[in-house]
Amino acid sequence: MNNPLRKLSGFAAVLLIALLINLTYVQVFNANSLRQKPGNSRTVLSEYDRQRGPITVGNKSIATSKPTQGQFSYARTYPEGSLYAHTTGYYSLLYGASGLERVENSILSGTDDRLLVDRLSQLLAGRAPKGGSVQTTLLPDAQRTALRQLKGRRGAVLAIDPSTGAILAMVSSPTFDPNQLASPNAATEREAWSKLQNDEDSPLLNRSIAQVYPPGSTFKLVTAAAALSTGKYTKKSSLFGPASLKLPLSNNRLPNQNGKACGTNNKTTLENAIRISCNTALANLGLVIGNDVIADQAEKFGFNQSFDIPLSSATSVYPRDIDRPQTALSAIGQFDVRSTVLQMALVAAGIGNQGVVMNPYLVAQTRGPDLAVLDATTPTVFSQAVSADVAAQLRDMMVTVVKRGTGQRAAIPGVQVAGKTGTAQQGNGKPPHAWFVSFAPAKNPKVAVAVIIEDGDGSTEISGGRLAAPIARAVMEAVLNQ
Amino acid sequence: MTNPVTVAPTNIKQRRFAELFLLLLAIAISTAGYIAASLGYTNAMPTDLWLVVGVCSALFLTAHLAVRKLAPYADPLLLPLAAFLNLIGLVLIHRLDLADAARAERAGRAIPRADAIAQLTWTAVGIILFVAVLVLLRDHRILQRFTYTALVLGVTLLILPLLPFIGTSINGARLWLRLGPLSFQPAEMAKLCLIVFLAGYLVVKRDALATARSRVLGVDLPRGRDLGPLLIAWVASMGVLVFQRDLGTALLFFGLFILLLYVATERRSWLLLGSILFVAGAGLAYFAFGHVQQRFDVWLYPFSDPNGTAFQIVQSLFGLAAGGVLGTGLGLGNPQFVPFAKTDFIMATAGEELGLAGLIVILMIYAVLAQRGFRIAVSARDAFGTLLAGGLSIVIVLQVFIVVGGVTRLIPLTGLTTPFLSYGGSSLVANWIIIALLVRISDGARKPAPPVRPSRDEALTQVVQL
Repeated sequence: MNNPLRKLSGFAAVLLIALLINLTYVQVFNANSLRQKPGNSRTVLSEYDRQRGPITVGNKSIATSKPTQGQFSYARTYPEGSLYAHTTGYYSLLYGASGLERVENSILSGTDDRLLVDRLSQLLAGRAPKGGSVQTTLLPDAQRTALRQLKGRRGAVLAIDPSTGAILAMVSSPTFDPNQLASPNAATEREAWSKLQNDEDSPLLNRSIAQVYPPGSTFKLVTAAAALSTGKYTKKSSLFGPASLKLPLSNNRLPNQNGKACGTNNKTTLENAIRISCNTALANLGLVIGNDVIADQAEKFGFNQSFDIPLSSATSVYPRDIDRPQTALSAIGQFDVRSTVLQMALVAAGIGNQGVVMNPYLVAQTRGPDLAVLDATTPTVFSQAVSADVAAQLRDMMVTVVKRGTGQRAAIPGVQVAGKTGTAQQGNGKPPHAWFVSFAPAKNPKVAVAVIIEDGDGSTEISGGRLAAPIARAVMEAVLNQ
Repeated sequence: MTNPVTVAPTNIKQRRFAELFLLLLAIAISTAGYIAASLGYTNAMPTDLWLVVGVCSALFLTAHLAVRKLAPYADPLLLPLAAFLNLIGLVLIHRLDLADAARAERAGRAIPRADAIAQLTWTAVGIILFVAVLVLLRDHRILQRFTYTALVLGVTLLILPLLPFIGTSINGARLWLRLGPLSFQPAEMAKLCLIVFLAGYLVVKRDALATARSRVLGVDLPRGRDLGPLLIAWVASMGVLVFQRDLGTALLFFGLFILLLYVATERRSWLLLGSILFVAGAGLAYFAFGHVQQRFDVWLYPFSDPNGTAFQIVQSLFGLAAGGVLGTGLGLGNPQFVPFAKTDFIMATAGEELGLAGLIVILMIYAVLAQRGFRIAVSARDAFGTLLAGGLSIVIVLQVFIVVGGVTRLIPLTGLTTPFLSYGGSSLVANWIIIALLVRISDGARKPAPPVRPSRDEALTQVVQL
């Protein structure tokens, strides 16, 4: 029996070595990744014990750590409550962090490599470690106006400075109060979390960048841009715009919303087709120029990729390799075309900025605990989506939309506004989403904005103009009155 | 030429002072741990330091004196190694008591009874039983008489928790006995009974079992008559354990059965058969039982549900990661975040506050303990002693592997106590009895043989004797 016993002794050694190798992996090689996992309350706890840096709008803190009595040295508070919820995100002991609290965590917690010298000097001086600060590009008035306008609805607003790409307002409704998830009381936090999770309206979802919607008629701007960029069209070009368009390869017909032709003898100009948001004219235009041309144009505006602002946006989609009826539908922003609110704001901003799309950004600068600037964002060009000439023609057509077309409710007295309505069919019997994209002043714009109201109440093109345009106007006014 | 069995007693060392020295070292190290936990957590020296150290020292020195008197030739490492693990367990439980007390105070609740006091009481019971075994069992071979009594007792102990009134479910597994204020986990004692049964049974039947009668799928199978009692014991323990949802103990017993059969018969076909049965059983359990499937899924994808089904293992991994190589230091981590930190997940507590370094020390102590156990098994003068010591060592190895592997996500998590470290009276007492049995067998193996009485039968061997 001794021989098996010796072998078992060796087997025990093998088991021991397996345990030791696994432990070395967990505690040494995998340890950092485990420490970074969301919901690791130990990491959060050790960060709770240092003064986390603030997130600011201008000089005002929208997330800050205050000294407190009790279990932790500091408590994270959000002085503006739910107003900046989707920008700051939450910072929860139990559920991890989201928003800038998550993506800028290394700066805020002071663990960033660039803050190594600060950490060492704090250590040597015997002072408690402190985090750096993150300054956003948001404008409080625009933000407040957008939230007020969206109250009681599901939707989002994203406003951007066309010449820089700086995000001026980013609001998603319904919103939430991040203070509830920063409570040092675990029971309160759990209750708030399960309430947010079970809410059918998903308040934690950032509808302005993390959700995609069919863009509907607002996408006609991209189709028009593609056509103009071929050089074969101008805004005065005559288009075929019947009451309904027979789709190729099928017996289906695509009708106009009002059931009427877009002009006498089924003829209309590109400018008029955009003004009244004529489905048949733009769908037919799409068929003529072809899907690849539209897809190329859409990608120049930012479709089929995501943006890190530094919050990651969802990827807006324009399909390639589709058949001709699908092309007709895609040209008017239906079928499988999907867009974030941010993406449609970029389309408007690019048109307003003489065809140049700027990379969007939410963080103006980051500072170390000693207030020295670590990183200041300089505006960068994403693409020249269209030529300045094409941009001017698109702008003129959008001005007409607000002056005499579907977007008249976006008009601001004394300011020339350029805009485009959209009503995106969802199918399956749900009411369409109401869209509006615009910029102002039309020449040399200070602000571009995209608005979506989920499940708008009308079934016609009027929905975008009636529900979303006034919100866009209020937000643009808030920026222009700065 | 080496001498046969009857060696002159002069060159056998008792090594009791080595045992005493190691024991004092174990007490000194864990006293330092006790102070460190208090300093780390509250910034103050423990107020009851000398009382606690005094009680612990008295307990283990009593055990040492008992070994000196009752088993002077025993392996000198067994007692200090077990004592060290027991003491480190007490320190870790005390440290978690501090966190529990602080949490209760914050919530405005009454401060709960300190579990370390209860564990210390159980340690005393364990030491008393350790001494009692040495007093009552002067020769381990006496146990062989109770082979079938042990089988009946073991199976009864396993069934008891399923009975109404005295059986109690704790944390979803029905494996506790409640007798007035005391709850008891009989599987720990059943484990001992089954080892005694297996050792006693296999001593008699090993030749029969090793003789193949029929070949099935390339595996030599013994006669059904020889296999019968074994199958009864196996089916009873597996069935009851599956019914009780105690996967850890089921795995432990299964491994013990197969490995001890291998030792007794020296036939590798048992290992092959065991592996096939294990894979088949595990597969069957996976598809038949939701909770087995869930354990398996949690093991593979812990981060798909970190706040739900995988909460325990994820928190355990977070604790281990927080500890890193050197640990946070006693009293400076957050081991109380891990559920069942005092019982099933005590190694996560150790890994967080003592780090990889501390876990290596603890695992090496188990390794040395098991290695001494195997050595005792090899050196035992009778087959029953060999099988008994082998079985006890196998149980230590398997139990540590199953629980530590589970807690560190090397294998799927199944509930088991960590020998000597985990909070829990039944486990602690059973493990002290294991150590007492190993001490008894090793004493029997190393002590000089009684003087040989000349007899007619041995006349021939007399010639060889010097």
